[in-house]
Amino acid sequence: MTETTQPPQPKAQKPQDGWAGVKADWSSDQRVFKNVSWGKAMMWIFLLSDTFVFGIFLVSYMTSRMSTRTEWPETSEVFALHIGGTELPLLLIAVMTFVLISSSGTMVMAVNYGYRKARKKTAAFLLVTAALGASFVGMQVFEWSKLIKEGVRPWGNPMGAEQFGASFFMITGFHGTHVSIGVLFLLILARKVWRRDYDTGKRGFFTSRKGSYESIEIMGLYWHFVDLVWVFIFAFFYLW
Amino acid sequence: MTAHKNHVENAPQQHPLRVYLIVWGWLFILSACSYLIDYLGLQGYLRWSLILMFMMLKAGLIIAFFMHMKWERGALSWAIMLPVVAVLAFVVLMALESDYTFDTRVDNFGPNTVAFPHK
Repeated sequence: MTETTQPPQPKAQKPQDGWAGVKADWSSDQRVFKNVSWGKAMMWIFLLSDTFVFGIFLVSYMTSRMSTRTEWPETSEVFALHIGGTELPLLLIAVMTFVLISSSGTMVMAVNYGYRKARKKTAAFLLVTAALGASFVGMQVFEWSKLIKEGVRPWGNPMGAEQFGASFFMITGFHGTHVSIGVLFLLILARKVWRRDYDTGKRGFFTSRKGSYESIEIMGLYWHFVDLVWVFIFAFFYLW
Repeated sequence: MTAHKNHVENAPQQHPLRVYLIVWGWLFILSACSYLIDYLGLQGYLRWSLILMFMMLKAGLIIAFFMHMKWERGALSWAIMLPVVAVLAFVVLMALESDYTFDTRVDNFGPNTVAFPHK
């Protein structure tokens, strides 16, 4: 029995667009995400789960702020900086916002140059992104120590509602942790790019997958998500 | 086991730099606008609606362009975006709940007092 009958090969279908495409992709009894590698799909699914985590933090902040009878501290004043005798409201937070947005921009550049296989430029932009991220964390450390000095604790503070401290440390702390982990991975990726891991397809240390510049795009998804979360924290916690 | 050839191409995400630079610029402008809300001391519904508007615009730009969602197939973007509706539903539920908690606290302890007077 050497002869085996080949099953008829299905004709390659052109992927459909719109709702028909969504339906076809999800019911195709194969892989759903047609032109997305599993690494990228898994990053998106991780980010979705992270969305729930931050969503729950922000909802719990909303719940405590709405249900407390004590006045919520005036964030505009709590986070003000005194420079040359004038008080500038929320200045540090504004600077942090601009630093994080800048880092998102440099990340986009890194992804772009990565796909063009411009090795040095990619590594340089990754390093700039990491540096901006690290300075963001540095400013957060400054902000934390300032508030701790002023007597803000997770269980109370001299400015108003006691739940303020718990919400502040929880939300910004978790976000800062995300930024710090991001900085770490940016540095690892910059090193890999620099020593040509993605040009030669050198296998990685954890999954032993062949290295490719797509890793930078996946890293970019994480980094932009961190920026995205900050957009919501800035709006709801600092500005509201 | 036969070698399963991965025939689906992972199309590289190549887009002109100009698009990114324009989006980047808008993110700066929108952030500056958000900051101005506080700087100018706007209050009430004007403040809240502006905060939400700038927030949604920024989030939309980041997701659509920086995270390439605009260029992904519907199967992925709906799978990721749709579950977020659950968070919004949760927000509504907890808003109702905290209104109730606030009312019970006022009924039992009176308005604007320290809830746990241990200091």
